[in-house]
Amino acid sequence: MPHDHSDHPHAVLPSDPALRVKALETILTRKGLIDPAALDEIIDTYQNKIGPQNGARVVARAWSDPAFKAALLADADPVLAELGYYGRQGEHMVVVENRPERHNMVVCTLCSCYPWPLLGIPPGWYKSDAYRARAVREPRKVLADFGVTLPSETAVRVWDSTAEVRYLVLPMRPAGSEGLDEDALAALVSRDSMIGTALATAPSGAGDLKGGDLNVGDLT
Amino acid sequence: MSRLHDMGGRFGDGAVVPDAPDAPVFATDWHARALAVTLACGALGKWNIDVSRHARECLSPKDYTRFSYYEKWISALADLLVETGVLTPEDLKGQSGDGLHALASAALRAEAVAAVLAKGGPANRPSAIAPIFAPGERVKTRHPGGSALVDGGHTRLPDYAVGACGQILRQHGTHVLPDSNAHGLGEAPEPLYAVAFPASELWAHPEHPHDEVVLDLWQSYLQPLEPGAQI
Repeated sequence: MPHDHSDHPHAVLPSDPALRVKALETILTRKGLIDPAALDEIIDTYQNKIGPQNGARVVARAWSDPAFKAALLADADPVLAELGYYGRQGEHMVVVENRPERHNMVVCTLCSCYPWPLLGIPPGWYKSDAYRARAVREPRKVLADFGVTLPSETAVRVWDSTAEVRYLVLPMRPAGSEGLDEDALAALVSRDSMIGTALATAPSGAGDLKGGDLNVGDLT
Repeated sequence: MSRLHDMGGRFGDGAVVPDAPDAPVFATDWHARALAVTLACGALGKWNIDVSRHARECLSPKDYTRFSYYEKWISALADLLVETGVLTPEDLKGQSGDGLHALASAALRAEAVAAVLAKGGPANRPSAIAPIFAPGERVKTRHPGGSALVDGGHTRLPDYAVGACGQILRQHGTHVLPDSNAHGLGEAPEPLYAVAFPASELWAHPEHPHDEVVLDLWQSYLQPLEPGAQI
């Protein structure tokens, strides 16, 4: 394997990472292999256009519309495609629902697989060795790092994204959110709640809520 | 034995440090450039996603450990560009001319970016290999682990789940086999399953008796569990 030689080609680039990127970008641009304007466009897409607001809209709609939720959980791809949420790193989506008896959490232990069209580019912690190493073995201790404590009767199911299937967690609808419209509901849905390292936020004025609170979506 | 990227279950990494709610998408400008350069080079069509993952995994253990996330990306990209013949080591040293490359016509243009990102790259393919497992069936993962096709090669069966017993949760259809596709051996699509493993099957000290870990595993990673065997 050429990779297993000690003389990796990357070693000839500058050691400072910012300069290393700049050097490679310059070489590739001079040869016409990359278009700097295309790089700007890629960055703009993930900085400003595609991000967790997409996933939050899906969750809010699922909380509001039982038929939509049922279709989403049964076969997410056509439902998401209809909303325009399809593309690179989101070609095969599965949505998993948190319930009082089971909390879902997503990791990629082998690299950093993540549903880009719904959540954008993964945060630094998702790509960290600590999260990748620990989430599968001690999810509750990892949740504690996020300030989340689950009730003792709640089991955790950790999804290790080892293939091209991408997982989105449908968090439990917080108590006190009855009557809110989809925009207001979407504001309760953080990125981390769709990875499973947070719970959906309780609406202000809904009191002191914990993870064990009843999923009001189940009652409607 | 696996490589350093295969870190699921490892001890000693310390706390996970969540970012601030208002943290930017890219912590620094060069992170954004590294991601964009990597995606733009991928559009040249000289490799697939499995080849690029394997290139990151093949960084030396010393480099894999000391590099930050996007340093791994950019270093693996430089290695890939040379390995696939797009660039030479002299090019990386800045010792070659600036003439247009033969592949320049394939370069990703700004106006094509939105369409390329929206198009994605689905991994499902028709396959002649019929599924042999159904949801609810008990299976055991291959032992020893690692790539069955190439010594030290790419696989998506993590070490922590090697030789473990689990239950088929759902079938994902038939997908490209990374173990083959990462090495130019063809896409070799076969059935892919989500397989649930009790935490107690994987860890000496599971946190909770009903916890599970689910992995997406290809059919060739799995064998039927002997009748009467318990998990």
